[in-house]
Parts: sequence; C-alpha cells; structure tokens
Amino acid sequence: MAGKVLVITSGKGGVGKTTTTANLGTGLAKLGNKVALIDADIGLRNLDVVMGLENRIVYDIVDVVEGNCRLEQALIKDKRYNSLCLLPAAQTRDKTAVNPDEMAELCSELKEEFDYVIVDSPAGIEQGFKNAIAGADRAIIVTTPEVSAVRDADRIIGMLEAEGIKEPEVIINRIRMDMVKKGNMMDIDDMIEILAIKLLGVVPDDEKIVVSTNTGEPIVLNNNAKSGQAFDNIVRRIIGEEVPLMSLDEGLVNKFKRMIGLA
Amino acid sequence: MLDKIKSFFSDEANSKDLAKERLKLVLIHDRISISPELLDNMKEELLTVVSKYVEVERHELDIDFQEQDDDALALVANIPVKELKRRARK
Repeated sequence: MAGKVLVITSGKGGVGKTTTTANLGTGLAKLGNKVALIDADIGLRNLDVVMGLENRIVYDIVDVVEGNCRLEQALIKDKRYNSLCLLPAAQTRDKTAVNPDEMAELCSELKEEFDYVIVDSPAGIEQGFKNAIAGADRAIIVTTPEVSAVRDADRIIGMLEAEGIKEPEVIINRIRMDMVKKGNMMDIDDMIEILAIKLLGVVPDDEKIVVSTNTGEPIVLNNNAKSGQAFDNIVRRIIGEEVPLMSLDEGLVNKFKRMIGLA
Repeated sequence: MLDKIKSFFSDEANSKDLAKERLKLVLIHDRISISPELLDNMKEELLTVVSKYVEVERHELDIDFQEQDDDALALVANIPVKELKRRARK
C-alpha cells in the first residue's frame, strides 16, 4: 500500500496549521482512512495538545530518528479512532535534531502503513520547514485574509515549487463574512486571484474552535459547528469528492442576534 | 449596542481595497526578488548613463514596477529632463 504524504504549511505563524492538521487527520480517519500525523514543530510541540493526546507521549520523532525506539513504539493511538496515530515532536530539542533525508525516510516508511500521512509544518522558512516538506507528495497552505499571511503564503508557494512540490492548494482560514460584506476583509476571489492557486476550502472564523482546542476535541467531530462542516468538506475534497463551497452567510436570526449583541 | 447600531448605519471605510493594493505591491517586489536597495542601485546606474546624454532632475527620478492593464508587469522609469546637452559636432 502506498499512501499520500500531505504537508500543512503557511510561512506565517498562528494562522491555524496545527488546528487544520488535527481536523483533517481526524476527518480522514472518521471516513475510515488510516492516518498518521507527524508534528514537525520540534521544540514547540502542540499537535498533541490540540488532539488531546498530551498525556500519552512516551517517545517522540527524535527518539525514532536517533534509534532510541522503533517507529511503531512512538506512534500514539488517537482516543477516538483506532486508525489514527500521532508521531509527536520532541519538546527539548530543536529543528536541527532531524534532517530532511531522515524526514523523507520516515514519511516513506509511514506511507507503507497508512493511507494518509499529514505533516504539521512549523512556521518559518528555515530548517523546520525544509524538514516538513522533505517527504511530501502534496502541500496544503493555510492562510488567513490578512496582507501578512497571504504574502507569506505566496513566498511558500514559490519555495514549494522550487522544491518540486507542484500545484499546492490553499485553505483560507478564519474568514468573517460580515467583514467581507462591509468591505473590510479581502474576499476569497481576491486572494485566489492574487495567489493564482487552487482553493481547497474556506473555514469561517468560529468561537467554537477555541472551545474545541480547550477540550482537545477536534471541531470536525462537531456537526453543529460551521467550521467543523468546513473541515469535513475539505476532507472530502482531499479524497477526491466534488464538494461545493458551503455558504458562509449567517442566517437572519444570527445576524439579528449579533446586531443586538446577543451573539 | 449603540456602537453596533451606529456602525450599521454609517459607511465604514473600505479597507479591503487598500489591503489588496498593498498586497499586490509587496508581492511584485517579493516575486521578482529585487529589494528596494537593489532598485536604488539600478536607479543610480541609470542616472549615470542617462546623464551622459541629457541633463536630468536627479531627485525627481522615479523608477518602479507597475502592473499594466493586461496584468503584465512593467519596469517604469520617469526621468524628468532639465535640458538637452548640446553636443559639439565635427
């Protein structure tokens, strides 16, 4: 079996790479796929916390690379899905503890066992990023509707193409339709036109994500959350289904609630 | 609540277009990987060459990348001329 390695990257920090990784991984597992998540942010490990798996870590990615344990020993099983695993980052080391060749080797080993291997890239364009993309077949760039984030996304697209990772796709995160309508936020078409890249999905800004991060339960499991549905749609597009972009317009009731300060 | 009503009825500044314009401009420079310093160097060299033939307003020279209507990129130099130099003819 040969799975696919996807890298989730952005350039800029704080745009939602880790949240996206956790949700796409969980969503893919929910549909019955075998999924391995790799936290490539060595020194600033966080994917474990977002997944609610922080208490289960024994070994990490550096232990595997240095031969302190076998790969299977370092893989942590998810609480909810048996077919979902996490390879955590080391917390007490830095990005130089792993090199791109080792990362590529790790990815190709995991590909044998899993349908999807998702690598959560650290912010920046230095070694951590280079490690993260080393074994990737496909890249997903996360950005937000801000000049700084889109600029960094553009730079990352250039670097990915230089590394031979063709046709990266973009997820626009934290869009606020109320602000887009008032003309105070760049809309999806603007950003896609400027970046000249394929749109994989749009995730609305959602308070429920904060709650889901608090509890360590990925939002994709919450059918009542718009952001959860958005991630679910993206997952379906990744496996090749045609899913139209969902309407992000708020209903009349919500709009009224927001106006009078209830929501 | 009052703020919300106010902002609902007032025309807020439209900052989206400004964001788009600024983004397009930084991307032009990023993609072409010519820094403002490099552009300054180019400007100086251009001045040296042009000054051999015409007397120009050194401080008013403006050179930058601009997006044309057809989305093509152009390097546009605006060089105000003081006066043409009379060249001695044989």
